[in-house]
Amino acid sequence: MKEPAQEWLAQAVRQVEADPQAIHRLFPQAERRGGPGARRALLGALHGHHAVIRSLYEAGDSGERLAILTALHELDLDGTAVGLVEDALRTNDARLVAAALGPYGSAWLDDHSFRQGVLKCVFMSIPLAAVAELDRRFDAELARMLSDYAAELRAAGRPVPRDVLERI
Amino acid sequence: MRIFDPHIHMTSRTTDDYQRMHAAGVRAVVEPAFWLGQPRTNVGSFLDYFDALLGWEPYRAAQYGIRHHCALALNPKEANDPRCRGVLAELPRYLLKDSVVAVGEVGYDSMTADEERAFEAQLVLARENDLPVLVHTPHRDKATGTRRTLDVVRAAGMPPEQVLVDHLNEMTVGMVADSGCWMGFSIYPDTKMDPDRMVAVLKEYGTDRMLVNSAADWGRSDPLKTREVADAMLAAGFGEDDVDRVLWRNPVAFYGQSGRLVLETGSESGPDYAGNTIKRG
Repeated sequence: MKEPAQEWLAQAVRQVEADPQAIHRLFPQAERRGGPGARRALLGALHGHHAVIRSLYEAGDSGERLAILTALHELDLDGTAVGLVEDALRTNDARLVAAALGPYGSAWLDDHSFRQGVLKCVFMSIPLAAVAELDRRFDAELARMLSDYAAELRAAGRPVPRDVLERI
Repeated sequence: MRIFDPHIHMTSRTTDDYQRMHAAGVRAVVEPAFWLGQPRTNVGSFLDYFDALLGWEPYRAAQYGIRHHCALALNPKEANDPRCRGVLAELPRYLLKDSVVAVGEVGYDSMTADEERAFEAQLVLARENDLPVLVHTPHRDKATGTRRTLDVVRAAGMPPEQVLVDHLNEMTVGMVADSGCWMGFSIYPDTKMDPDRMVAVLKEYGTDRMLVNSAADWGRSDPLKTREVADAMLAAGFGEDDVDRVLWRNPVAFYGQSGRLVLETGSESGPDYAGNTIKRG
């Protein structure tokens, strides 16, 4: 570490406040230079600049994408970032899929995408407790999809996860 | 026994390989960027590949308890295709990523002027980003290519301790030993080096600055060759500490110069729902 992490982060936040584009160079190295939580602090300094957040996500590695997905609900974005959540749901990385169904995804995904996301969690052994506001979004169609999947599992002689049984 | 394979192309290997590697003692790998077997035709093809080396591949490796880092570069062969060279402009943003521990593979394939320009440009990028460099040496006309490689590295002002010159053999090891650069050896079933010849080189030149890799890819190659070298070293009278030095501490020291190597072997400590297999939803 060439400079104390706090000092690096404070300076980086000032740079992003002055010029949002500066985040493209700072964000990838933020956690190793500015310490844990540095990426979240930099995202906050963007004040909901959704075009920059989108391009940052698209250019990001898994760690950067995870930091963005888990912070989306704090970034004053309304529904403008739902495309990022949909992108994460297309991956096979359980960390990204779980983060996509956090508070932001739960608030903004349409019913079809949300149900598909929940079912994908079951397929990837992600506990349903990871899905934000599942009770509020749960509906009869999702219950049917989970029941059908439970029937498939039973037909194959495989155990049905307990958190699925509790929902059907 | 703990093994660090400092050069292996895991994108071309199966999950069975990861399991066998872990069972053999492999706990860390570096995957340098290279060609796809078939030539690329555009810059976007590199970007998806780099994203996979930074995302999917380390995730996949972690499922099997193996820590994955990468080296990124425009490889020598594709430096000759003007449709691919635009990736040089994209590299600076990629070289900032946490799991990038070197620039590589760079160097010569057919020893053309285009290869040399890309090689030199990427040595500059390495210095700007404070990263070590993994240099491929050509399979054809190897001794001449290795000599010229060392000249280019010297002319660029690259500190030799930040350079790993790879795919060496009995004909080229001496000049690299004299240069102060690190020496890499790829152990293959039929070509390049084999475990017994590797042991003979280690006896003659010692274990200082020596790295052994499988360079396994889509061709006839074997990701367990690193373990075979370790066993051959022990059979030839080297001690456990010598083996640990060549197969773990040397690669750690070389790539550790990036300041980005993360090796607490808590690779299994990921979220437990990630499970032991790649799940598909």
